[in-house]
Amino acid sequence: MTAPKPLPPRFVSSNRRVREDRRFVVGHGKFVADVVREGMLHVALLPSQHPSARILEIDTSEALKMPGVRHVLTGDELSKATDPLMNGLETPNVRRYPLAVGQVRYAGEWVVAVAADTRAQAEDAVEKVRVSYEPLPFVLDAEKALDPSSPPVHPAHGSNVLLDKTFVWGDVEKHFAESPRHLSFRVVWGRNSTVPIETFGVVAEWDPWRDMLDVWGSIQMPKYPDQIARALRLPANNVRVHQDIDVGGSYGVKRGIKQTVLASHLSRVLSRPVRLIEDRLENMRAGDAHGPERIFDVDIAFDDEGIVKSMKMRALDNVGAYAGRSPFQLGKPIGAIVGPYKIQSVQYRAQAVTSNKAAQEAVRGFGQAPTNYAIETAIDKVAAYHTVVAKVLDHAGYKALVERRDSLRASGTMAGIGVAACLEPSGGNSSFEPLLNEKNKTTTWMESCRIMIDALGFVTVTIHATSAGQGHESLVATVVGEVLEIDPDLIRVVRPDSLASLPSNTPVGSRMAIMLGGAAYHAAQKLKTKLMHIGAHQLGCEPDDLAYADGGVSEGDDKALPWADLVNIAHRNFHLLPEGMEPGLEVTHVMQVPTGDKLPKDGRVQMYPCHSFEFHLVLIAFDPVIGKPEILRYVIGHDCGTVINPHIVKGMTLGGIAHGLGAALLEEFVYDAEGNIMTQSFMDYLLPSSHEVPEVEIVHHCTPSPYTVFGQKGSGESGYLGAPAAISGALNDAVSPCGISFSKLPIRISAISDAIAASALNKGK
Amino acid sequence: MKLSLEVNGSARDIDVEPRKTLLDALRDDLLLVGTHAGCEHGVCGACTVLLDGEPVRSCLMFAVQADGYAITTIEGVATAPGELSVLQDAFCETHGLQCGFCTPGMILTSHALLERNDSPSREDIVEAISGNICRCTGYGQIVEAVELAAERLRKANMPRKRHANEPNRGAGATHDSPRSGFLEASESDTPHGGGS
Amino acid sequence: MKAAQFEYARPETVTEACEILVRDDNARIISGGQTLIPMLAMRLARPSTLVDVYRIKSLKGVTEQGEAVVIGAATRQVEVERSTLACQKLPLLARALPWVGHQPTRNRGTVGGSIANADPSAEIPLVAVTLGAEIEIANVDGETSMPADEFFIGAMVTSVMPGDCLTAVRFPVWSEERVGSAFHEVSARKSDFAFVSAAAQVAVDEEGICRKIALGVGGLGDRPVSLDVSSAVGAKLDDALIDDLVREACRYLETYGDLHASAEYRSRVAVALSSRSLHDAVADAGRPRPANTEQAR
Repeated sequence: MTAPKPLPPRFVSSNRRVREDRRFVVGHGKFVADVVREGMLHVALLPSQHPSARILEIDTSEALKMPGVRHVLTGDELSKATDPLMNGLETPNVRRYPLAVGQVRYAGEWVVAVAADTRAQAEDAVEKVRVSYEPLPFVLDAEKALDPSSPPVHPAHGSNVLLDKTFVWGDVEKHFAESPRHLSFRVVWGRNSTVPIETFGVVAEWDPWRDMLDVWGSIQMPKYPDQIARALRLPANNVRVHQDIDVGGSYGVKRGIKQTVLASHLSRVLSRPVRLIEDRLENMRAGDAHGPERIFDVDIAFDDEGIVKSMKMRALDNVGAYAGRSPFQLGKPIGAIVGPYKIQSVQYRAQAVTSNKAAQEAVRGFGQAPTNYAIETAIDKVAAYHTVVAKVLDHAGYKALVERRDSLRASGTMAGIGVAACLEPSGGNSSFEPLLNEKNKTTTWMESCRIMIDALGFVTVTIHATSAGQGHESLVATVVGEVLEIDPDLIRVVRPDSLASLPSNTPVGSRMAIMLGGAAYHAAQKLKTKLMHIGAHQLGCEPDDLAYADGGVSEGDDKALPWADLVNIAHRNFHLLPEGMEPGLEVTHVMQVPTGDKLPKDGRVQMYPCHSFEFHLVLIAFDPVIGKPEILRYVIGHDCGTVINPHIVKGMTLGGIAHGLGAALLEEFVYDAEGNIMTQSFMDYLLPSSHEVPEVEIVHHCTPSPYTVFGQKGSGESGYLGAPAAISGALNDAVSPCGISFSKLPIRISAISDAIAASALNKGK
Repeated sequence: MKLSLEVNGSARDIDVEPRKTLLDALRDDLLLVGTHAGCEHGVCGACTVLLDGEPVRSCLMFAVQADGYAITTIEGVATAPGELSVLQDAFCETHGLQCGFCTPGMILTSHALLERNDSPSREDIVEAISGNICRCTGYGQIVEAVELAAERLRKANMPRKRHANEPNRGAGATHDSPRSGFLEASESDTPHGGGS
Repeated sequence: MKAAQFEYARPETVTEACEILVRDDNARIISGGQTLIPMLAMRLARPSTLVDVYRIKSLKGVTEQGEAVVIGAATRQVEVERSTLACQKLPLLARALPWVGHQPTRNRGTVGGSIANADPSAEIPLVAVTLGAEIEIANVDGETSMPADEFFIGAMVTSVMPGDCLTAVRFPVWSEERVGSAFHEVSARKSDFAFVSAAAQVAVDEEGICRKIALGVGGLGDRPVSLDVSSAVGAKLDDALIDDLVREACRYLETYGDLHASAEYRSRVAVALSSRSLHDAVADAGRPRPANTEQAR
């Protein structure tokens, strides 16, 4: 625990520009597609036409004759040369390679990769590859996949069930028995994802004389170099990931390990650099970056006052054809399974099944947004029984909103108010892993920072992961500047490659403000302590006698040593250093996540250390026939503790709400009955534009965390965690006079209009 | 095919297959990598460049169609090395970006708006950028950036190009009284510099 | 998503363009390319040669010819938006244009390109059918024209024969004094492919009696359709009459459902948008006019 700061911060929380913006506004970002290596080859992929089929034969002879073609890679070759990609759960018979091996498991799955001199030539050659298939039975629906008679996506695994684990916290049955009221309902979170505008891309270059694999990737993934090394059966220090690549958006999903292993293998075989940039079709069909697709069956027990005493939730996720980390998206929400509500007991059954759809990847919030949708729906349904909400929100502003809604309704417009109250766990430990997989004993979840003051007194900080627009360079410069009391704009932040890096677990789990901020803070404190010891030794006093200000030290009014002198002593005057002190001014700090030091016990564990909080209030209106919702007012109350950079937090919140709006109203990966994906381009997968995202009013609160160095909490998932629930709630409030409700996201305008029309018909109008 | 493109004020000679898009020619042949490929089918707007000052999707043009136009990419917007245009600076001031991938297209579209409309309403800005998709920001700080730039440009001591052929509409406007002096279509439709 | 290989030709005249088309039956015209190029990128279209007509002078321009305004096939949509003539004489087209894609696609896309592409939910074909425009076509044998409702024969299918090149679209001008128009469209996001769109134009006399009427609906089936509301001529168009007219006219319209919208939705909204468009067109026709209106140039 840190002592409270005596003075208000200078740089933390102040309105400073995000320094990264400067290079992007002039087009000088360095994205992976900007990396050009001498002799680089380009990859295109052949997708499977079937959702499930045995691969009988692959004829690459015509493709090999095409101009510019250097190699045509099949799953057989790849599976002999590489190890399967890692699963998170203990499911060794669910094996995943970058290309289909022996069998295709979803329509669009990559079967063959062609490497050629240009991307266009690679695509020309892909068209000449001939694959013969024997179609097999397939399953697309999660409830069918639960059935033991469904065709198993991985026959060796025996069934389609990857995970079926029930947790009981508290006396659920007793609470249900003694509660006077019960409700049961189902809601469905449709399959969508964060879909960054930049697809995943990687350049891999194997140098056979150095035994070194260089990788540039649009990556957001912990343990990326490790997993590359494992799959390619390389010593880990033969892999060097270049982390000075700007990532064009990720929000969780850019874990392109299969793309990387594929490109790396090709590079190793051909001894040439290989570039694999997904085109949009490859990305949507088979980038394996879809998000949760989840059915929630919820039972709640509550009383006549509207207090929910107990909840049973069954969450069934349609993971797709391979496992990866996606089943863990059922585990992380355990850390906020009752949201901010005082529900006394919970039974939670987490089920993950395979099906013949594309695989999932970690999506912003890691399963929390769908879970919040279920929780908030429960609370909305309880509130419909009572006037609880009106009592709780007995507030002039809310009443005015209700009046506005009611006057819209009086004019024939459908109008509704939606409310969502959500916790945003932040700090990203991985304690849900041991919770779902007892064989996993991982408790370490680190972040690190190195600070160097050079001989001329300039400060350089290193951070050890890629960023996708979260402003980590600005974050770290602000923190280090705050502690050392020097201008953050003069602090240089660089990203060494993975071999020159300290440990990092990358931006996941809304952790970087806490962890990278914390590591930078502690490193800076170490440096400040060293400077003070140098100063004290020089001035002939104790460090405690000194005051530190603006990079220099002083004792009383007459003895002082400015920054330049301290630096000079450290770098040049070894004879003036305290006994035993190392020369130079360089420190590192590796930080463990706060509160993260125990394994689970009895189905309980400390999840993330901090909880940000958000409260959404939405007013929606629409014409009952046209059914197109318009958000008339969107207010979010947001508390993420101390805000290190207000612009960054604002951007995260607004961007998260836009993502949530897309999930609620527009976005879905739809498969037809034959297992084909119907939404493989932006013509059918609809991303919110500036017309669809309303102006949002953000009301800030600040409840500093006691666990972090400035009281900061994370905000990487803010807005997204509650927006779908709030928008869905508003739509349901709007149609409640018709006696209908929507229980599946996204809620399309056609569905809204059809449901209203059907209800009018039912009433015999 | 050999052709000469005018890009950011310079004549650039390239030799490309007809099927190569303007986007790929700019990136691969001219090494102007500030223009980005997001979807390659004309929806996301990350590939936006200006053709004679008007935003177009460079993934929806082949390089062989692009001769005879004044092409502006993001690399042609800054006033000098190390400097930022008023608009670029405004994006930095309001943090109208995060990952930066959509940003060049967003800035060029906004730049073209402000060249034609020195007092855009919020609706005008929203309409203008509606063909550029951003997944990071939720658009709020982008709109603020354009509003801020418009305000600063109005107060600046700098003349801006005026375009005679303005589209005559605000939201829901009728077409009864267009401005006089419109260039008729056949005269204004050929690219600058003539050509075929 | 790189297109398959093709040759590129840029003929200087329509005749030359048609000659290339005749020589090579896999050649294809490219104009603005805003709908063709995505198809090429996805390799859904694989022409051997692209015949670029975009700069042929005779295909450009918005001109008045008698009782019509003729728009050259390779005229950019943005140029029509900016055209005084088009705004004054073809108000329905002027209202529809802001709904066509986004400004950057209107900066390249052409009127002829949209017509030739014949997307069932496209706005310009809907206006052409509603107003009874004529599509002018040239080939090596000469020139022909046909009414829009004969030109569009299916989803993305037109009466164009191999060797044909669209040259212009001739939109009739209504010379009545009180003409009003309206255009409405519903899509998931603004400027997406419309689920349903409705275009209406009416002319009324000083007493508000309808003298001429046109109503069209797009997005419902495989092509835009003109609805028969001719019984309105001679009557005063109040809300009740409009609702009856529209219900009757839409009664037998076929429609379809897809992942974005159900068939029932399209039908229901077709009725709503048609009513709304007629209502708004009537209101537009009745708007006060300045004393010295200059209707003709």
